[in-house]
Amino acid sequence: MISIGEFVQDLLNPDLGFLPKALLVAVMSSVVCGVIGCHVVLRGMAFIGDAVAHAVFPGLAVAFVLQGSLVIGGAVAGVITAVLVAVFSQNRRLKEDSIIGVFFVAAFALGIVVISTAPGYAGSLQQFLFGSITGIPDEDVLVVAVAGTLLLLVALVLHKELVAVSLDREMARAAGLPVFWLDLVLYVLVTIAIVISVQTIGNILVLALLITPAAAARLLTDRLGVMMLLGPVIGGSSALVGLYLSWSLDLPAGGTIVLVATAVFLVAWFLAPRHGLIARRRGRTAAPTPEEAEGAGVLVPGS
Amino acid sequence: MTLATRARVGAGDVVEPPRPALAVRDVAVELGGRLVLHGADLDVGAGELVGLIGPNGAGKTTLLRSILGLVRLRSGEVTVDGARGRAAARAIGYVPQRHEFAWEFPISVEDAVLSGRVRSIGWLRRPGVVDYRAARAALDRVRMSHLRKRPVGELSGGQRQRVLVARALALDPRVLLLDEPFTGLDVPTQELLTALFAELAQQDGTAVLMTTHDLVGAVHGCTRLCLLNRTVIATGTPAELDDPALWMRAFGIAEHSPLLTALGISSSPRAARAGERS
Repeated sequence: MISIGEFVQDLLNPDLGFLPKALLVAVMSSVVCGVIGCHVVLRGMAFIGDAVAHAVFPGLAVAFVLQGSLVIGGAVAGVITAVLVAVFSQNRRLKEDSIIGVFFVAAFALGIVVISTAPGYAGSLQQFLFGSITGIPDEDVLVVAVAGTLLLLVALVLHKELVAVSLDREMARAAGLPVFWLDLVLYVLVTIAIVISVQTIGNILVLALLITPAAAARLLTDRLGVMMLLGPVIGGSSALVGLYLSWSLDLPAGGTIVLVATAVFLVAWFLAPRHGLIARRRGRTAAPTPEEAEGAGVLVPGS
Repeated sequence: MTLATRARVGAGDVVEPPRPALAVRDVAVELGGRLVLHGADLDVGAGELVGLIGPNGAGKTTLLRSILGLVRLRSGEVTVDGARGRAAARAIGYVPQRHEFAWEFPISVEDAVLSGRVRSIGWLRRPGVVDYRAARAALDRVRMSHLRKRPVGELSGGQRQRVLVARALALDPRVLLLDEPFTGLDVPTQELLTALFAELAQQDGTAVLMTTHDLVGAVHGCTRLCLLNRTVIATGTPAELDDPALWMRAFGIAEHSPLLTALGISSSPRAARAGERS
């Protein structure tokens, strides 16, 4: 295991130029995923995140075969699938999850077929599925930075509308909000957040970046604003710590980052101030006030 | 129609009937090729609390959704203070069934109420002083101000219903639509809410229309009832709707149904015997 000082030295070492790039991309994409993931977790649409992550795959494969930009290839494929899901799920005979089930597996299958036509595909397949910190081109760092900033801007600008739809679709519709378009925007945000994260963390693990930090943040607070700050902080620091551990212990980067985020989630589960396991244990010994006893939700004495 | 445009007669002179706040005229709705509502006429005046009652599948929710402009009308029209379309929809406060709202969301009571104003705040803008004031006033109205910082997930069923009402009131609506506000609530809570709705109607002059399955509560709490089954079968004060035939038609029940007894409108023994003979 190398010390933090040596890790910083390695980051500055020009021979290891891929390392700071990987760190930048991993932290930026985790921050973006931490924010967008809050919407995903609160809407209970983790399955859609999973679907989009798979749907991105054929785009990556085509970009790889054509030697194009992986970010753009993935984004195009993901957005196409997101639009298909949004359009096809307007048919009420089939539930959304079935539609998603159809399209994302088909997209993944298409990706595997496409990439098998490229020479030496076994190695690149593994790189796609489990991520890699080497071989990130300079322009991708820029693309991730620009795309991430745009994403956060859109999420900020449409925040209250997205929340209104999440809270109560029926009321949002009655109030005249364009619910379909807002859904589509959210799907596209999720897609791009996934695409910019796929390179370092891999196609299979990317869902964790979207869900785990936001879920840990939810455990720690009952306030949306705080949650949306905690999500990216947890995601970004998991990426930083994960990459450091992976570099110093020679472990795969994607897996290590996800395990660090999962550790944060478990700590939050046990230690959360109001909803955590320990707080609830302690809470059970005190009798709730009559007003709170009437409450259908979680009983929190003394609040 | 005569019930709808009741003229108020005072001290011998005839006063023009007030234009109803909400007017539903000859509304027909087709869903999936099936005519679920036809020829529906209904007026709700300012200050009225009207109970919309009927069996499951009678089209109660469809009627509410038609009023909100959420389903396309095959024919007919809905006006609020004479306005149609979007202008009408803006003057309506909607309180959906409680399960429509994501109660596990990390949001305070006050912010949940503010979310009702999302459209009037407008795109790209944050809620301002006016919006916070409206939310506060609405919370005062439903007596929930003391809990305004509480996360919505920690509220009881009755408190949740009040939050949804406050969210609708934050728009200062002329018409308030309530969809099954009493489902899953105990009787004391139902009575408190009924008193609140009556107060909103009488003191604020809001036209309140609510669907409910609590028929006994509706008969006692509402100023008027509307019996619905695919169309409006009858409207009138509870006292005016004392003909068991109307209820039998609306609910598809027999004349000895305990429902009629519970409502105190069962036909007299002689009439019942006459019915048996025929």
